[in-house]
Amino acid sequence: MIQLTKQPFDPGALLSGFCRGRAEVGAVASFTGLARAEAGATTLLELEAYPGFTEAEIHKIAEQARTRFDLADMLILHRVGQIAPGEPIVFVATAASHRREAFEACDFLMDYLKSRAPFWKKEHGPDGARWVEPRAQDHADVARWE
Amino acid sequence: MARVLLFGPLRDLAGWRERELAATSLAELRRLLGADDPALAEALSAPGVQVALDQAIVRGDATLSAAAEVAFLPPMSGG
Repeated sequence: MIQLTKQPFDPGALLSGFCRGRAEVGAVASFTGLARAEAGATTLLELEAYPGFTEAEIHKIAEQARTRFDLADMLILHRVGQIAPGEPIVFVATAASHRREAFEACDFLMDYLKSRAPFWKKEHGPDGARWVEPRAQDHADVARWE
Repeated sequence: MARVLLFGPLRDLAGWRERELAATSLAELRRLLGADDPALAEALSAPGVQVALDQAIVRGDATLSAAAEVAFLPPMSGG
């Protein structure tokens, strides 16, 4: 399942729900990304998506993960709108028969979400607001899979 | 009327998020936007700015239907 949400979410509850009723799966890996305060420079993060297009692009990333890894299921939840430092911004969970596939698929999904998903991020702080540029490190991370 | 959508820094530069324009091609739409706001037209042509027509990325010029949705997508910062 892929979902964008304006509401804060509880990663623990999501993980519990994702694990429930899986007698044959064997392995679940998850990742939770938190909004960073950047030593006080960011008091609020604003994340903009293009409704419809952003979900479709994330679906393409998920399809790549499905082709590449032997997954039983996956869950991707991403915040949009205004996010306070410390709040979860992204949650990814993967289910597979064995841990290696689950770990690697989770890592793959996060690298692609961080570099390829259509989001625009604005950091608000005491010195004003600025749009975040794409990070070279994110592109280097995704290149590991190519 | 084509529905034009701006995202990220383009929206701040233009001072609007959404506008309707009568244009039958992307080139004409760019000309109309440029006549109104040359700085915006320049930013829309900058390297790294992608154009989505009806939610699919297009390159170069394209014909616009009456109900086309044209989105200008600046470089994405990722999630």
